[in-house]
Amino acid sequence: MKFLRKIFDNAHEAINKNEKTKKFFPLIDSFDTLMFTPNHTTKNGAHIRDAIDLKRTMMFVILALVPCLLFGMYNVGHWHYEALGETATFMQKFGIGALGVLPLIIVSYGVGLGVEFIIAIRNGHAVQEGFLVSGMLIPLIMPVDVPLWMVAVATVFAVVIGKEVFGGTGMNIINIALTARAFLFFAHPTSMTGDKTWVAGIKDMKTDGVLADGFSGATSLGDLAGAKAKYAEAVIATTKGKSDEIVQALYDKGDIAASKAMSMMDSFWGIEIGSVGETSAFAALLGAAFLIWVGIASWKVMISFFLGGLSIAGLFYATGGDLAAGGNPFYAVDPITQLMYGGFFFGMVFMITDPVTAAQTSTGKFFYGFIGGALGILIRMGNPAYPEGIMLGILIANVCAPTIDHMVIQANVKRRMKRLKTA
Amino acid sequence: MSKTIKIRKGLDINLVGKADKVIVEAPMPKTFAIKPPDFHGVVPKMVVKVGETVKAGSILFKNKYNLEVNFVSPISGTLKEIKRGAKRRILEVIIEADGKNEFETIDTSGVLDRDTVGVKQFLLDAGLWPFIKMRPIDIVANPKDAPKSIYISGFDSHPLAPDYDYTLHGKDKEFQAGIDLLKKLTSGTVHLQIKGNADAALKGAKNCQINTVSGPHPAGNVGVQIHHIEPLNKGEVVWTVNAQDVAIMGATLLTGKYEPTRLVALTGGGAKNHKYYRTLIGAEVSVITAGNTAAEEGVTNRFISGNPLTGDNVGEAGYLGFYHSQVSVLPEGDRYKFFVKDGWLSLGFGSFSNSKAYPTWMLPKSKKWNLDTNLNGEERAFVVTEEYEKVFPFDIFPVQLVKAAIINDIDNMEKLGIYEVAPEDFALCEFVCTSKIPSQQHIRKALDVINEECM
Repeated sequence: MKFLRKIFDNAHEAINKNEKTKKFFPLIDSFDTLMFTPNHTTKNGAHIRDAIDLKRTMMFVILALVPCLLFGMYNVGHWHYEALGETATFMQKFGIGALGVLPLIIVSYGVGLGVEFIIAIRNGHAVQEGFLVSGMLIPLIMPVDVPLWMVAVATVFAVVIGKEVFGGTGMNIINIALTARAFLFFAHPTSMTGDKTWVAGIKDMKTDGVLADGFSGATSLGDLAGAKAKYAEAVIATTKGKSDEIVQALYDKGDIAASKAMSMMDSFWGIEIGSVGETSAFAALLGAAFLIWVGIASWKVMISFFLGGLSIAGLFYATGGDLAAGGNPFYAVDPITQLMYGGFFFGMVFMITDPVTAAQTSTGKFFYGFIGGALGILIRMGNPAYPEGIMLGILIANVCAPTIDHMVIQANVKRRMKRLKTA
Repeated sequence: MSKTIKIRKGLDINLVGKADKVIVEAPMPKTFAIKPPDFHGVVPKMVVKVGETVKAGSILFKNKYNLEVNFVSPISGTLKEIKRGAKRRILEVIIEADGKNEFETIDTSGVLDRDTVGVKQFLLDAGLWPFIKMRPIDIVANPKDAPKSIYISGFDSHPLAPDYDYTLHGKDKEFQAGIDLLKKLTSGTVHLQIKGNADAALKGAKNCQINTVSGPHPAGNVGVQIHHIEPLNKGEVVWTVNAQDVAIMGATLLTGKYEPTRLVALTGGGAKNHKYYRTLIGAEVSVITAGNTAAEEGVTNRFISGNPLTGDNVGEAGYLGFYHSQVSVLPEGDRYKFFVKDGWLSLGFGSFSNSKAYPTWMLPKSKKWNLDTNLNGEERAFVVTEEYEKVFPFDIFPVQLVKAAIINDIDNMEKLGIYEVAPEDFALCEFVCTSKIPSQQHIRKALDVINEECM
C-alpha cells in the first residue's frame, strides 16, 4: 500500500515538473483516486463528511449487475448450443457465452473510458465516475453478435453526444447506455433486430447449414411480431392441407401464448433469446433487491414502472388478441408474461432508475416511473415494428422527467405563494 | 397556544467526545478578540485605535452601514492589534486584558418601563444588539425593522452541542429578564422552543409562548422551528436570539455590567477532559484546549470554534467566536485512504454514513464515531436524488434551491423558499452529500445576493 502510494506520489511529481505533461494530470489522478480516497480535507462549512462518494455509489450498481452479467453469459452459450442442436455442459455453455460477451465489455469500456480520458485531459478535470456503470450497461443491452465496431461507434456517440456535450456526469438528459442502443437501433437496424444477431455465431451456422431444424433465432418479441404473418401463412398452409403442429395450434386458438417457446417461467428465469443481460427477470430482481437494500436505486421508480407496464399490458389483454379476427398477437399474451418478455425488468431495475435522468422529486418519481413503464409496453404492443419498446419508453420518460419535476415543484411554489397572500 | 412539533427528518451524528457535566474555571486569557467576520455582512468602522484602553462594554467598532449598532469589548484592557486580511478587511480586533475588570456603566434604570424605542436604545448602547439576528438572511438584526415575532431555540441539537439545560441551570432570573427585554421589541410573540424535559430556567419562562420540539437534528435549529410554527413569507422579518445570549442580555439588565460569560463545551475526538469551561466571549481557544488535546501519532488536530457542522476553523491560536459556546477538536483527515482498506470500496464498518451503502445503519445506534475532516471523495455534479430531503425537515426542495443559488437565479430562489432558510439548515445536506457540494456556502452567497437585491 505504501509502495503504491509512493508510485503515485512520484508520478504526480514527475508529471508536474514539465509544463507540457501537466495537462495529463487527469490521467494519473484518475488512477490515483481509484486506488486511494484523496487526502482532501473540508475547507469551510461542515467539517465532517459522510463516507459515501460517487465511486462507491457507481460501483454498487455494477455489483448489482453481476447476476445479469453472469446469467447473460450462460444464456448466450445456452442458445448457441440450442441453435446447433447439440447438448453441452453448464461450463461449456458458460465458456462460449463468456467468449461472446467479454469482447463487448472490453470494447465498451475501452472506447468509452478512452473518450472520457481525452475529454478530461482537454477540459483539465478528473475523469468522472458515470461511465463505470454505462460501460457495463452497454454490452448488457446489445445483441451478442452485434459487430464490435458498431458497439464502439455507439459508445462514442453516447458518451460525446449523450453526456459530454451537456457537461459530463450528472448533467445528461437521457440515459447514456440507452442512447448507445437507440443509436444502433436506428442507424443499423439490421444488426439490432431480426433473427441473425441474437445468438452467438448464428450467421455462420446459417451459411454452414448447421442450424438446428425449426430454430428461428428471433427473440420472443420478434416471434410475436412475426406471428401475424405466420398466421396468414398458416391459413394458406391449412387450406393447402400441409400444416405443422405449431402452425395448427396458432390457427386453432389464435393464441400465440400457447406456443412453448413463450413460457412465462422460462422468461422469468431468462432462458430466452435476447440482449446479453436483459433476458432474466430473476437476475434483474436480484440486482433490484441489492440496490434497494443499499438504498441506491429508487423503489418508487421501480414499483411505478412495473405498475405502468402492468396496467397497459392488462388493458390491452382485456381487449383480446384474436388472430382469426385480425387482432394483434401481442394482445393475446397475459400481462404478467408480457412483462417477463424482453428487457422490461432489466429496464425497470437498471435503466429507468438512473438518478441523473430520472425525476428528482419524490412525487415526481411515481409519475415518471409509471409513464416509462406504460409507454414502454404501449410502444411494444401497439407497434410491433418496434418490439423492444421499453428502450423507447424509458428514453421518452427521461425527456419528460424535467417537466414532471417542474410540475411537482410548482405545486410547492404555489403553496408558498398562497401563504403569502393569506398572510 | 403553545405548539408541539415533532420533527421526523434529520440525522443525529453520534460523535465521540461529548462534554461531561462538570464546570471548570478556564484560566484568564491574556488576549481576547472580537471578529467582524462573525457578524456576516457587517463592515466595521473602528472607534478605538491601537494602544487605547477600553473597559468591558466599551465600543470597539460600529457597523459602517448602520452606525447605531455597536460592537463592544468583552473585557477591560488595551487594543493590541487590528488584524487585517485580503483587501484590508478587518479579521480580528484583539484586546490585551489588563486584569482590572473595569466596566462601562450602563443605565439600567426603568428599562422595562421604556417603550420599544427606549429598549432598543438600551440594547444598542450596552452592546447587546449583535446577539439579535434576523431571518431571513441570517445577519445581525436591523434596529429599524419591526419583527413579526422573536424566536429563541431552547436547545442545540448539533452533534456534541452544549446542553442548554445544563448551562442555563440556575439562571432563571437572568433568562427571564432577557425575555422581558425581547418582549418589548415586538408587537408579536416571543417564541421559546424547548425539549420535552427542559430545565426549569427554560420551562418556567414567562412572557413568552413555549413550544415543545422533538426529533433528530436539525430540530434545534431555530429556522426549522420557525418553519413549523409560522413559516416566514417574503417581506416579513423575525428575530432570533440564542438561549445563552438571552441570559447574557438579562444579566446585563440586572447587574448593569456587560459580562458576557460563556460556559464553553470542549468536545470532539481530538480532545480529552471533555468538560464545560467558564470563560468570556472572544477568549483564546488555547485557554480551553491547552493540555486537553489527544492526538494519535502523526495526526494533527483541527480546532473549531462552534460545532463540527457549522463552526469555524480557528486554529490552535484562534479565538472563540461571538456566537459560539463550544470548541470542537477533530482529527485532521489529511491522509490517503486505500480503496479496499478504509476507502471507497471497503466494507465500511469503520465509516459513518447516512447512506445505506455503508453498514452504519445496521450497527447499534449507540456506537460513537470519531470522524476526521477528510472530504471522503471529490466534488461532483449532483447525481444522487432524495438524499438532502431525508435530513431537511422543511417543505422546501433543497436541491432545487441550492441549484438556483448556484446560478444566482433570484426569481427561483424566492419561489423555492430562500427566505425561510439559513446556511446552518443546509449543514446536514452538506454532510450527507454524495457529490460533496458545499451547499452552506452556496446558500450564504445566495442570501447575500437577496440581501443586496431584494431587502
